[in-house]
Amino acid sequence: MSTAIPRTVVTGLGIAAPNGLGTADYWAATRAGKSGIARITRFDPSSYPARLAGEVPGFHAADHLPNRLLAQTDRMTRLALVAADWALADAGAVPADLPAYDMGVVTASSSGGFEFGQGELRNLWSRGSQYVSAYQSFAWFYAVNSGQISIRNGMKGPSGVVVSDQAGGLDALAHARRQIRKGTRLIMSGSIDASICPWGWVAQLAGGRLTTEQEPERAYLPFDAAASGHVPAEGGALLVLESERSAAERGARVYGEIAGYGATFDPAPGSGRPPGLRKAIEIALADAGVDAGDVDVVFADAAAVPELDRAEADALNAVFGPHGVPVTAPKTMTGRLYSGAAPLDVATALLAARDGLVPATTNVDPDTSYDLDLVTDPRPADLHTALVLARGECGFNSALVVRTP
Amino acid sequence: MPTQSFTLDDLRRVLLEAAGADENVDLDGDILDTDFEELSYESLAILETCGRIEREYGISLDDSVVTEAKTPRALLSLVNTQLAGLPTAA
Repeated sequence: MSTAIPRTVVTGLGIAAPNGLGTADYWAATRAGKSGIARITRFDPSSYPARLAGEVPGFHAADHLPNRLLAQTDRMTRLALVAADWALADAGAVPADLPAYDMGVVTASSSGGFEFGQGELRNLWSRGSQYVSAYQSFAWFYAVNSGQISIRNGMKGPSGVVVSDQAGGLDALAHARRQIRKGTRLIMSGSIDASICPWGWVAQLAGGRLTTEQEPERAYLPFDAAASGHVPAEGGALLVLESERSAAERGARVYGEIAGYGATFDPAPGSGRPPGLRKAIEIALADAGVDAGDVDVVFADAAAVPELDRAEADALNAVFGPHGVPVTAPKTMTGRLYSGAAPLDVATALLAARDGLVPATTNVDPDTSYDLDLVTDPRPADLHTALVLARGECGFNSALVVRTP
Repeated sequence: MPTQSFTLDDLRRVLLEAAGADENVDLDGDILDTDFEELSYESLAILETCGRIEREYGISLDDSVVTEAKTPRALLSLVNTQLAGLPTAA
């Protein structure tokens, strides 16, 4: 009997991104360097200092979901339910054919259902408590996407939600892998976030990291001397994760393996101790059993806040050496998706490996003092090992290694 | 002014506004004695439906209605009892 830890593989992708709805549209746009960042259309942003966002185009929930679900779901949940459907279809997995307790759902969330909550709080203040929807009792919860995906697909195994801002997207995939190692066959994991509504907007503005630049091509410029903060966005990716054995039994196509993971927390400000990103990378590489030299590409967190860009570059240079590894940030085409960003980066890394192409970091004129090999034009490459980084506000650092055949 | 009453069609309309309808359920069919659960309305959907009825008709339904009224007929009866108890407008 083998005691080897079962490998966790990705067999399905479901993508909703500002530069493309669905994997095909997203990947075509991303390969071509097409951006989804533009002036906000979901509300009138004229009275706010930040007016650009990455909005998912062309999504009409009623085309995809029964109206029974529309009354009780925020936009992020609608996007997540549809992305989950797409991921299952892509994996060729039919939940009804699998034992209910062998399937679970682990998503990340950074803000919950803000737009739904905004509507109900407006009802509360302007009309009274009797006008607040009964569905407010869960529709704005962090865990609601996991719950709704679980209910819709009859997935009754281990489920949950991780809340650690942008790092959560990787933390969720890692937790899904944990559950698969413990014996669950299939976990739907990743994240879709969406909070582009006035209430969500003022919450993001309060964080102080949004750019107030009004020109889409000049707005989100990580590792550029002109970096001025980020553009918020909505969307993300849901991935079907399975034990290698389950995938083989189904004869499923495998995109790649979740091979390594590391997470750290930054020391308190003023402690004098270094930030934790480097350590997270080292833990993830060790967990995957690879050396720095084995990594073919890094998908950066790419905060576009100079101090944070510096910290990320320092961590990368400490592990890989200056210009030691190609680094890219396709999220320059989408804006930052919060907990949806890293699952989208993982999906992008898998597609990049499949097609042998590193997608570009767009619009950025790299500040050479960062000493990074920043990929600013699509670059053909033989890719087998990719490192994805994500940091969450208040000190979360996560790193994940994906490996493809 | 005639006594206001709450009909099955009224209930259908409020259910749709509150919670939509399952694609496998014919809400226009003979549903008077079909359990809400069978119509795919869970307790929260009924709670939301009752809230809307209360707002629209100016009545107050006890919280126990949600658990006691298992069918449209039972809910109609409870609502109409409440409506009949309201002082009629001059």
